[in-house]
Amino acid sequence: MRTLTKLNQQAASDVGEDSATAREAQEGRIKGDGPLARDTVEAPPHQYVHPHAQAHESAIKHVTGRAAYIDDLKAPADTLHIALGLSKVAHGRLTRLDLARIRALPGVVDAVGVDDVPGHTDIGPVFPGDPIFVEEEISYAGQVLFAVAAESYRAAREAVKAAFDADMLTLEAQPPSLDPVAAAERGEFVRPTHVQQRGDWEKALADAAHVIEGEQFVGGQEHFYLEGQACLVTPTEDEGVVVHTSNQHPSETQKLVAEVLGIALHAVTVEVRRMGGGFGGKETQASPWACIAALFCRRTGRAVRVRLPRSEDMRATGKRHPFHNRYRLGVDDTGVIQGGELTVIGDCGYSPDLSDAIVDRAMFHSDNAYSLGAARVTGHRARTHTASNTAFRGFGGPQGMMVIEAALDDIARRLGEDPLTVRKRNLYRKGHQTTRRDITHYGQPVDQTDLLHTLVEQLEASSDYWARREEIAAFNAQSGVIKKGLALTPVKFGISFTAKHLNQAGALLHVYTDGSVMINHGGTEMGQGLHTKITQVVARELGLDLSAVRISATRTDKVPNTSPTAASSGADLNGQAARDASVKLKARLFDFAADHYSADTDDMRLEDGYLIAGYGESEQRIPWGELVQAAYFGRVSLSEKGFYATPLIHYDRTVGQGNPFYYYAFGAAVSEVSVDTLSGEYQVTRVDILHDVGDSLNPAIDIGQVEGGFIQGMGWLTSEELKWNDAGQLLSTGPATYKIPTFGDLPPVFNVALMEGHPNSMASIYRSKAVGEPPFMLAISVWSALRDALASLADYRESPRLDTPATPERVLMAAEALRHPQEAP
Amino acid sequence: MINFLLNGRPQRATATPDTSVLELLRDTLGQTGTKEGCASGDCGACTVAIGEADAAGQMHYHSANACIMPAHQLQGRQLVTVEGLADGDSLHPAQAAMVTCHGSQCGFCTPGIVMSLFTLHEAQTATPAPLTPERLEAALGGNLCRCTGYRPIRDAALTMSEHPAPRHAWWRQAPEHASTEQTSAAQTNVTPPSERFLQPATLAALLAERARFPDAPLVAGGTDLWLNVTQNLARYDRVIDVTRVDELSRIETATLDDRREGWWMGAAVTYRRLTPLLDQHYPAFAHLLHRLGSAQIRNRGTLGGNIANASPIGDTPPVLLALQARLLLAGPEGERELALDEFFLDYKKTALREDEVIRAIFLPHPAPEQHLKVWKMSKRREDDISALLGAFHWRLEAGVLREVRLAFGGMAATPKRAYDAEAALEGQPPTADAFAAARAALADDFAPMSDVRGSADYRQLAAANLLERLRRVVTTTDTAEEVMLNAYAH
Repeated sequence: MRTLTKLNQQAASDVGEDSATAREAQEGRIKGDGPLARDTVEAPPHQYVHPHAQAHESAIKHVTGRAAYIDDLKAPADTLHIALGLSKVAHGRLTRLDLARIRALPGVVDAVGVDDVPGHTDIGPVFPGDPIFVEEEISYAGQVLFAVAAESYRAAREAVKAAFDADMLTLEAQPPSLDPVAAAERGEFVRPTHVQQRGDWEKALADAAHVIEGEQFVGGQEHFYLEGQACLVTPTEDEGVVVHTSNQHPSETQKLVAEVLGIALHAVTVEVRRMGGGFGGKETQASPWACIAALFCRRTGRAVRVRLPRSEDMRATGKRHPFHNRYRLGVDDTGVIQGGELTVIGDCGYSPDLSDAIVDRAMFHSDNAYSLGAARVTGHRARTHTASNTAFRGFGGPQGMMVIEAALDDIARRLGEDPLTVRKRNLYRKGHQTTRRDITHYGQPVDQTDLLHTLVEQLEASSDYWARREEIAAFNAQSGVIKKGLALTPVKFGISFTAKHLNQAGALLHVYTDGSVMINHGGTEMGQGLHTKITQVVARELGLDLSAVRISATRTDKVPNTSPTAASSGADLNGQAARDASVKLKARLFDFAADHYSADTDDMRLEDGYLIAGYGESEQRIPWGELVQAAYFGRVSLSEKGFYATPLIHYDRTVGQGNPFYYYAFGAAVSEVSVDTLSGEYQVTRVDILHDVGDSLNPAIDIGQVEGGFIQGMGWLTSEELKWNDAGQLLSTGPATYKIPTFGDLPPVFNVALMEGHPNSMASIYRSKAVGEPPFMLAISVWSALRDALASLADYRESPRLDTPATPERVLMAAEALRHPQEAP
Repeated sequence: MINFLLNGRPQRATATPDTSVLELLRDTLGQTGTKEGCASGDCGACTVAIGEADAAGQMHYHSANACIMPAHQLQGRQLVTVEGLADGDSLHPAQAAMVTCHGSQCGFCTPGIVMSLFTLHEAQTATPAPLTPERLEAALGGNLCRCTGYRPIRDAALTMSEHPAPRHAWWRQAPEHASTEQTSAAQTNVTPPSERFLQPATLAALLAERARFPDAPLVAGGTDLWLNVTQNLARYDRVIDVTRVDELSRIETATLDDRREGWWMGAAVTYRRLTPLLDQHYPAFAHLLHRLGSAQIRNRGTLGGNIANASPIGDTPPVLLALQARLLLAGPEGERELALDEFFLDYKKTALREDEVIRAIFLPHPAPEQHLKVWKMSKRREDDISALLGAFHWRLEAGVLREVRLAFGGMAATPKRAYDAEAALEGQPPTADAFAAARAALADDFAPMSDVRGSADYRQLAAANLLERLRRVVTTTDTAEEVMLNAYAH
């Protein structure tokens, strides 16, 4: 049994000066959630028998096919089906659109373009720039020109095909701008450039023993949620609609639908039961289809269904931003970074969407877990004629981390050191006032540096890094074709929305007279297990079995004005809101019970389905159901709302300094690869991961996030290649040409563990940490290991440039460049 | 009218000839447990199990992608979907293991994964065998999951046998309780007449239908043709199904006029049925099949389809070219034989006449001292289409290379042999110089193009490097030296 004392000691050792102050400041504000209020649990002997390792709330429904997704929902027989007319040109003008002819096509009930929108025509989520239909200027191949509603899915799609084939519209093509670097040089940006700077970076470069520089291209990524974009919209008897959608941000969809229809938000209800995957691809990218369907719904008075065919989904929606990164860093003779400059150019596509915050997050993570010294970080937001790139797990963070991880490999090769040695020397660490190496380039102190070091050292030992390093060196020395590589890379990921206002959440708790409990909250379920964790929080607070607590769906008429389920924040924010509601209801029940059962509230607790008051002989046990009945007859409200706003965070964008993150989550991974240097084929043979989730809310779900995030990140860096032709048309438009990892890509040895004994130093829900995004970046170790294997071809004197995704083609070309340096371009 | 068994119950349904099993299930029958993830047979979310009784009445289940399987091919079959497995609250071991191992997150791919696990479980129940990594990959490589990273799914596959066996394994009963019509269809392969989805049982009947309806496409597995329906919205008013033609479904030993011995393999023989024979005689070819599509595709795709399709990146044609395979083409005027390299004329153009069908493919017996290597290069090891593929045949006779045949896919508009490179090696000892000449000759043989799967430069370089790999394979005497990665080796 872990004791409170022990936990306090552990916590104290991790807590930096600033967070200690911060916590002091918080106390009293976050009621009852100080370090003493946390639960104590047995250390898990095994993940599956851990008391909190509950299965996903829908697991049985998943495996029996009973879990309903949008396209599975029953709808009225006269439901209309929609198909979209997508532009085939990437840049140009729509000069003619003959909707009258399209409306006359077989099976077609209605067809609409931009002139048919009664309300707003711009559905940009944060900044304007995303027309619901092309007005005149076409900005990417895949942009929506018009939409058709027909009696069947097939008829709708055939009508769109006929509209193009039978010349019912005219597109004028102009040369597209597809190169983000060229766009940046021309000053073509969707948002202004932002700079973060700390210290005299020019002096640091001038004084440095070595100056090392490099550049890289980091590819984008298709979300490839298995359930494509889908929604079902039904009319209400007023002027409104009910929207069932596969969607990470129902409140935003509610707002945009209302604006497009020109009606009040209270006339629009958005419901999300579950998504078949989101990964950021349904944060802003789910709204256009709901808006278009709602438009048809109000025009026809009929229910309307949308389901994007996979190839259209891939052409129409934004992806992870490709980045072009450069670095120039000064290091001392031991490879410790003294300062320098980093430049990241995000390829934002045609409009701002969320790109401002995404490029910001790339900048916030261009240090990863290392002190940059005196540094300037510049982030450009280049505009190109592709779909508007958008949120995707990590939100720019992964692309930012790639530049510093590339730099550390390069520094190590220059100095002839092992990359792990150089990485460890550069990790954030506690320092003296004059040489502080625990403050980021944007001014936030890094708390828990001890945890970071401990974690890396534990993994270094458990993965047997140094013995394997020797074995690999010996193997490579005698092997002609096959070369092995090994790399350990850490992750430090900032948790909080960098848009401060989004760091809030609400919850609505109902207790019914039979004692069953319904909790609703603002977060959405996309497979990450959020609903499971939230029901666990409520069950824990009310002392009930998990089966007594249910979540119906996320609905804008239950919890209003919610933030997207994004930024890994779902459990942090909504868990606190659900707990807030539970704690308030509990207090009310205790007050009632004190009166009704003549007991003292100080001794009351809810445990195992009972209200228990007093101890020993004076103990009273009242079954939960009986308590609820009595409270009902006593006219006590059995419903409560909860709310949470993350404290302490701020960022001043005018100076590029602040504390944008409530805390950091950490992790590290060691990957080993074997590369066939004649073919470029490779295998990831072993992966060891140690990841920090504070005190886990549910170890089974958290392990699932770590493993799934890692494999998804590995796909991003290896096999998932987006390709466009010179006309700006996407060529990789389906799983036949866009290859996400499959079963055989799972490393044969895959050791994944959660860091134990290090609760969050901040007062998060039960001292847990967010887990959705951080593990994604553990996969950078695979890329670094590939570079390590390739470096053996140059006797480890240089690391080859290896842009991503590192397909067999890129690996082969990098090997070729090392073997024949004179021929390299 | 299609008559089949849906989860053990007789089901009758009408459908246009170009309806897929998935559309039939979801849109017509309201069975929405089976999901659509891509409608192109690449993701496995729509995986179902198709059951056929063997002569002994034993049922055999094979996974299929419902999205690209013609609904009419269900005629007389047992269709098992994810809705059919649980018995009340009692889950099938595949389902129970997925729950216990936390194998589902968003759950959208889960029904397909459960069905792939189901077919694996049934195969294990019938004939227990070690669940090697290769076997698991073969069973699950066609099911994409974007959430879990597959580790818990692997655990589910490895532990499902520890869960209680199903109480009522109704799917193991041959469909004797079904109506007489269905039973006879399932057991005797009698094809009920349909004017729109024609299912001839003999070659003569097939040729007659081909003559009557020259515009009707031939379909076997549908693994390529049906993409035209789902992706390009093609409509087929009439389809001729070759899968029930007896002559096209046989594998027969034969001796050609030139006295070569081998097998005539029916054009409608699936990759799955070919595998045991190739395992025994051409392991390199069998290994390629392991990387061709997925189990769902290999259960339905055919050698004849891969050849008739004439794609420059089809996987089997280069191998068949390297082995000097021949074709037997059948038409109204009779049958004719043709060397495979005379069949491919240009991009997607073949020597097949409009009224002809491919009846069978001749594969010679392996000769003593003959070697075959097949190397496929793609972005992903499993279930990917080749960027390029090399198939290399040779004999080493008295220290010199003989019968050198180097065939490539992905390097030209058709699958093609590298005649110049072959000439550089034929009759030569396997020296570095000879192979350098062969590599240089490849530039004369091929001028590949750049596309979504790879650049022209990469293809040219990788093809040349495959010849260097070949040199090492031919000449390396140190068995400890690895000349390629194990997972790709054969």
